[in-house]
Amino acid sequence: MMRDWAAWAIETAKLRGATYADARVMDTRQREITTKNGEVGTLLESESLGIGIRVIASGAWGFASTDRLTREGVQACAAQAVNIAKASALAKHADVALAREDVYVDTWQNPFVKDPFRIPVERQIDLLLRADKEMLAVKGVTLAEGSMMFRKIDQLFVSSSGSVIHQVKMQSGAGIVATSFAKSEIQKRSYPNSFGGQHSLQGYELIESFDLVGNAQRIGGEAVALHSAAQCPEGSSTIILAGSQLGLQIHESVGHPIELDRVLGQEANFAGMSFLTVDKLRKLKYASDIVNVVADARLEHGPGLGTFAYDDEGVPAQCTPIITNGLFTGYLSNRETAAAIGETRSSGTMRTENWNRLPMIRMTNISLNPGTWKYDDLIADTDEAILMETNRSWSIDDRRYHFQFSTEIGWEIKGGKRGRMIKNPSYSGITTEFWNSCDAICSRDHWTLWGTPNCGKGQPMQTMGTGHGASPSRFRNIKVGVAFAK
Amino acid sequence: MKSGKKKSRSSRARGSQGAKTHTQTALGSAAKTENSARFTLSELQHIADRVIGFSEADETEIEIDSTTDALTRFANNTIHQNVAEHMLAISVRAVVDGRTARATTNKTDEESLRRVAAAAATLARHQPENPDLLPILGPQKYQKLMRYFPATATENPMDRARAVTRVCKMAEKVKQTAAGIFSSGVHQSILANSEGLFASHQYTDAEFSITILEDNSSGWAKANSPDIRDIDPDALAERASNKAIASRKPRDLEPGHYTAILEPSAVLDIIGSLFYDFSATAVADKRSCLNDRMGKKIFGENITLWDDVHHPLQLGAPYDGEGMPRQKILLVDRGVPNNLVYSRATAKKMKTKPTGHGLPLPNEFGEAPMNLVFAGGDKTVDDMVRSTERGILVTRAWYIREVDPYEKILTGMTRDGTFLVENGRIASGIRNFRFNQSVIEMLSNVEMLGPAVRAAGEESFEMVVPAMKVRDFHFSEVTKF
Repeated sequence: MMRDWAAWAIETAKLRGATYADARVMDTRQREITTKNGEVGTLLESESLGIGIRVIASGAWGFASTDRLTREGVQACAAQAVNIAKASALAKHADVALAREDVYVDTWQNPFVKDPFRIPVERQIDLLLRADKEMLAVKGVTLAEGSMMFRKIDQLFVSSSGSVIHQVKMQSGAGIVATSFAKSEIQKRSYPNSFGGQHSLQGYELIESFDLVGNAQRIGGEAVALHSAAQCPEGSSTIILAGSQLGLQIHESVGHPIELDRVLGQEANFAGMSFLTVDKLRKLKYASDIVNVVADARLEHGPGLGTFAYDDEGVPAQCTPIITNGLFTGYLSNRETAAAIGETRSSGTMRTENWNRLPMIRMTNISLNPGTWKYDDLIADTDEAILMETNRSWSIDDRRYHFQFSTEIGWEIKGGKRGRMIKNPSYSGITTEFWNSCDAICSRDHWTLWGTPNCGKGQPMQTMGTGHGASPSRFRNIKVGVAFAK
Repeated sequence: MKSGKKKSRSSRARGSQGAKTHTQTALGSAAKTENSARFTLSELQHIADRVIGFSEADETEIEIDSTTDALTRFANNTIHQNVAEHMLAISVRAVVDGRTARATTNKTDEESLRRVAAAAATLARHQPENPDLLPILGPQKYQKLMRYFPATATENPMDRARAVTRVCKMAEKVKQTAAGIFSSGVHQSILANSEGLFASHQYTDAEFSITILEDNSSGWAKANSPDIRDIDPDALAERASNKAIASRKPRDLEPGHYTAILEPSAVLDIIGSLFYDFSATAVADKRSCLNDRMGKKIFGENITLWDDVHHPLQLGAPYDGEGMPRQKILLVDRGVPNNLVYSRATAKKMKTKPTGHGLPLPNEFGEAPMNLVFAGGDKTVDDMVRSTERGILVTRAWYIREVDPYEKILTGMTRDGTFLVENGRIASGIRNFRFNQSVIEMLSNVEMLGPAVRAAGEESFEMVVPAMKVRDFHFSEVTKF
């Protein structure tokens, strides 16, 4: 039926006067489980099926979506999209122009070993409750939480140009959190990452690889120990960022500013704009010479949340060099914005949260390529620094210059050795100054493709999963401790 | 569809009529579905009855939301995105042997309705028994809330495009660039259960937001309301334009502690982070900043705060996620937090009464106040400026995140209209600041309050808050624009 619905949409849009149309039918299934202090919290299975129809008519864009999947419902939706486009044309300056793209007929599914929806839910709950019990076994842990989330997206893209692309994506993720309240202070530790844990385009094998139970007492102990740790000093310091924190740093200070819709002002009212104006392309020294960042949606990059075969306007997955030996070399674009700046082709980054949302430029896997350092050598090479691990808060201005991050935990590095624990670590800076201060990046042995499942953008808001490969890296002369300064 | 009449569910199920060609159907049907809710109340009730009938669980609860939303988005003085959605969400909670779980679908055919009922029951069975689970509620009485306005429901893409075209032309005329949104929506929700509870809420919403950009400055304004006639796009555009003009050539100012004059939108987005701290579950879990602080005077004497869904400037349904009637709760009385909100289960644990703030079950968060209303004062922003020797006027706060959950230190940026106030007047625009500020300290340092208004921001759901003049606000760093 998916093909019928899409065909009805395209046919109707063309009959109503669209010069271009594409349709996305998306069928999603999701399972969410949370536990807290020995009990099940959320236990939810959801499904959603519908169609989103995007058209150009009278030289302007229109989009409508519906879950009323009768012929009449789909045709009415397509007609509405055309009517909306004609309304858009009222404020038109020029006709929409798209970069050229080939026609594709293809099918793709990400590989996975164990279908998480075939794993009994009681087994999944039991795993979280066992981890919960281990966290609560640590004296001083006042709150233990766990979560799992699985999503299967079965989607068909059809365009009036002739593309017919069927993709199936299976996504899994999980995490645990131990919180301790004592001495007028709340401290927490998360594993394998904060804000929902680690997520990727894999099956249940991902969850089994975490050893949640085996790590539960460790993070519980760290949460409690943080109360007695030294406060992060205020001043200038060398910092070493562990992989997941660096992943979020990449997300906020590289991933968002390279979105070409932001650069061109299309997000000015909400998400903001970007300091990376088009005059800076292939001219700006974004980072130090050892920094190489790519936007890579291809499966060979890894099973990231930004991995696919085709984006949501039918452009094949690509690897775009974003920072090359420190030089700013590429944007995330779609067919419209690529054409707007004279690029010959979209970089393939149009993505939509679900059938009821318009595809927009989103990060794929924005990754810092591995360097050459072994982790132990990096620590041994560092006289004095703060090692910061696992994000606690993040904030950056609306042009992506000034950021501030804090992490759950830190450790002092002195004389090449990891020393005492530091609590409330934070650092801040200006994006390009920060990246130009990078002087060491660990090797592929320490590189992980982290998943950020909760990136918000657009109006109406869309949440998207993005991938960020990173290994621990060192940065010099960074301002630390400002978040807690009086 | 401007008539306000909806298509019957049976005509939907039949699909296109055989007598017409597919092309005729396509050409003729668009206008009928342009706007308005897709399902009538009785249609939603019929779906609920069927699901409850299909369910083999001990108890069954069903929530259904029918949504029609449309949003016109503009930037660079042109419409670049223009969208509409029609969506149904059917959410079923089953209770089996003292266990509960939820399943949702957006499909209304019989097989799907049977499947979603069975899925909820199956999920519920496969978990440990929940000793805190209470029987589902019986019928309740609710105070009527009128939040549906036909003028909003009949708004269409051409109406929105005309307004947007007008404000874009206003911007172009003075060589400014406009970006923003104009949206409207119609929503119908019901909550029903196998014990005979039935609650419904129909509402509309409309929103206009605009950023005006110049080479080195910007201004912003936003409003929302269930009644689109309350929204004046031209006036909002003019306000944003004036802010952009006034903040031209922003000066560099050293970070530090300043008197801050926070317009209602900035107050909203900063204070909004407090809402979950008033959850009794958050306090029991020891993750609230009110742990060990209830009953103590931690804010200034001039801070009084309620949760009140019935306030005329508030939004929302008169019932909570289980169907309990929402009550007005005095959360902070002259600086003293003295009440929390409670779901039924939390109230039972804590030997008190539920307040009608429970979240849909099952969940780990318990409850939350979602309709905060501050007591305001009688000072205008102009009064605050006139009374300030040296301070910062903030239009909008952005990207606000919690740095310390107990001291409630938040970080964030100013945006789209930040000004230096000197000797009782606005002296100039300034480059945007980062702040790191404890909300507890902030609410202890409020020197003046404006009238409480329905504020619209981006980081928090809507609340009724005043503008505030706050001493010793900590602007910790400055950015480059």
